[in-house]
Amino acid sequence: MGSQTANGVSSLTLKARCIRQSVVRSLAAAGSGHLGGSMSSADILTALYFSVMKHKPEDPFWAGRDRFILSIGHIAPVLYATLAEAGYFPKEELLSLRKMGSRLQGHPGRDHGLPGMELSAGSLGQGLSVAVGMALAARLDGLDYRVYCLNGDGELQEGSIWEAAMSASHYKLNNLTAIIDRNGLQIDGSTETVMSLEPLKKKWEAFGWNAMECDGHDFGSLLNAFKKAQQEAVRPSIIIAKTIMGKGIPSIEGDYRWHGKAPSKEQAEEMLKEVH
Amino acid sequence: MERFINRGNKATKAGFGEGLLEAGIANLNVIAIGADITASVGVDLFASKFPQRFISLGIAEQNCVGVAAGLALSGKIPVFATYGVFSALRTTDQVRISLCYNNLHVVIGGAHAGVSVGPDGATHQALEDIAIMRVMPNMTVISPCDASQARLAVISSVEQCHGPVYIRFGREAMPDFTSPLQEFIPGKAQLMHEGNDLAIIATGHMTWEALQAAYELEKEGIHARVLNIHTIKPIDEPALILAARECGALVTAEEHQLAGGLGSAVSEVISKNYPVPIEFVGMNDHFGESGPPRELMIKFGFTAENIIIAARKAMSRKGI
Ligand SMILES: [Mg+2]
Repeated sequence: MGSQTANGVSSLTLKARCIRQSVVRSLAAAGSGHLGGSMSSADILTALYFSVMKHKPEDPFWAGRDRFILSIGHIAPVLYATLAEAGYFPKEELLSLRKMGSRLQGHPGRDHGLPGMELSAGSLGQGLSVAVGMALAARLDGLDYRVYCLNGDGELQEGSIWEAAMSASHYKLNNLTAIIDRNGLQIDGSTETVMSLEPLKKKWEAFGWNAMECDGHDFGSLLNAFKKAQQEAVRPSIIIAKTIMGKGIPSIEGDYRWHGKAPSKEQAEEMLKEVH
Repeated sequence: MERFINRGNKATKAGFGEGLLEAGIANLNVIAIGADITASVGVDLFASKFPQRFISLGIAEQNCVGVAAGLALSGKIPVFATYGVFSALRTTDQVRISLCYNNLHVVIGGAHAGVSVGPDGATHQALEDIAIMRVMPNMTVISPCDASQARLAVISSVEQCHGPVYIRFGREAMPDFTSPLQEFIPGKAQLMHEGNDLAIIATGHMTWEALQAAYELEKEGIHARVLNIHTIKPIDEPALILAARECGALVTAEEHQLAGGLGSAVSEVISKNYPVPIEFVGMNDHFGESGPPRELMIKFGFTAENIIIAARKAMSRKGI
């Protein structure tokens, strides 16, 4: 898809804004759900779906597509908003989030038939292993698609993540890129208070990964990191994207209390005025 | 019916390994995943024949299940085997979400089932795996009675099943008595011995014990029907209901905890459809221990003699 021109970056900014607005609207309609992480990941998803990944919204299971695995299923609202923005299904359907019979389950459920969903997920620590399996399959079949996996920072406290990390570098899966939404927060507060993760980049390097840090809200910085990941010849890559929980709604930015909360209808009205 | 004869003792894990190799020869999408104890669970045959299709992931069972899910989502048919205490219990959350919720065709092998594992002791004797695996939506649970059936169970799981499958097998060489040419139909109970005085419903190694019990009872003029339930889920409801209707009393026999296993599955069907007395042979809320396999089976009550005692009790409760 698009190349990294100055114009491209500004169009990504517009896309991200639309996605954030959709997230606020769908969460307000649902009455529950995770706003904070959806906002911190919005730019990462925008970069992937509108610049980095090969995919065809009109042919969701096109064999040559790059795969996107959302390991942190609780930020499903931002994935749904991104898929709708990309044209996988009509945006109106975003208002059915978490409702009876909806294809937009609280956490991703493939069996409900939403186009573009690669994996049902929501129990933390599982997605990276699935991504490793997909990257291995691409190797076995001689296909050149890439696998992208979005992980949360709190999620890295799960031991299974590090099992997956070991296996990806063991098999030299340079077709795999993981992204950490490093917003520094989890439900109980700061990750460094709950269970410290730092020095995070060194940990991934020690596990044999091409580890990079970037500004998760700067498209130039994000696209540069993705480009370096594509150029890496041997190692799997990890992009530790520094982000801000609630990013794009100044009144809630950095507030961990918005991790697992949805805005009321009135709050949503105010937020929609703020979204940038 | 002709009596079954032991053609020689053979571990069900050996049958599993042979079946995996055959399935791999027939279908190039079959991928085996190893968690270090490859030879110990019979996967070494496949691994040495198809090194390119064998993925070693080390002692990291949770990752093994996730990787299997990723391979299955990419059109492969992964077979992941290790001891049942790990493949079914350590990975329960991964099995639930990554495999079952996604309804992916992955075959999980659970080796070292039951106390017949022997000297390794309680930590490695899987006695809870059937209970855990059978409550998972979309999961098929298979427990073959001997090596010949284990071989066919793997081939069938690869070729005939669509969602996740758990196959349970043992470590110790045990009687190999079913025909290598038998037809293996997942979900279908196998009638092993005819009779209408009571029915013995058995699975795994206990099917051989059930047959020995039936042959003993025959000497006293008691005609016991023996059903081999090689597929615990989906269970063959018609065969169980017919056994209850025609025999009037049942005994279940399994090398597993009484709670949640075959006995529970049979009770769920019978209590709803045709209630008759049932007696249960299995592990009574206890861990196993170290010792020679046969002595452990005697100590914990996994023998034909235990089945005969249960049979008399079930029959005595008829019509009460
Ligand atoms: Mg976080």
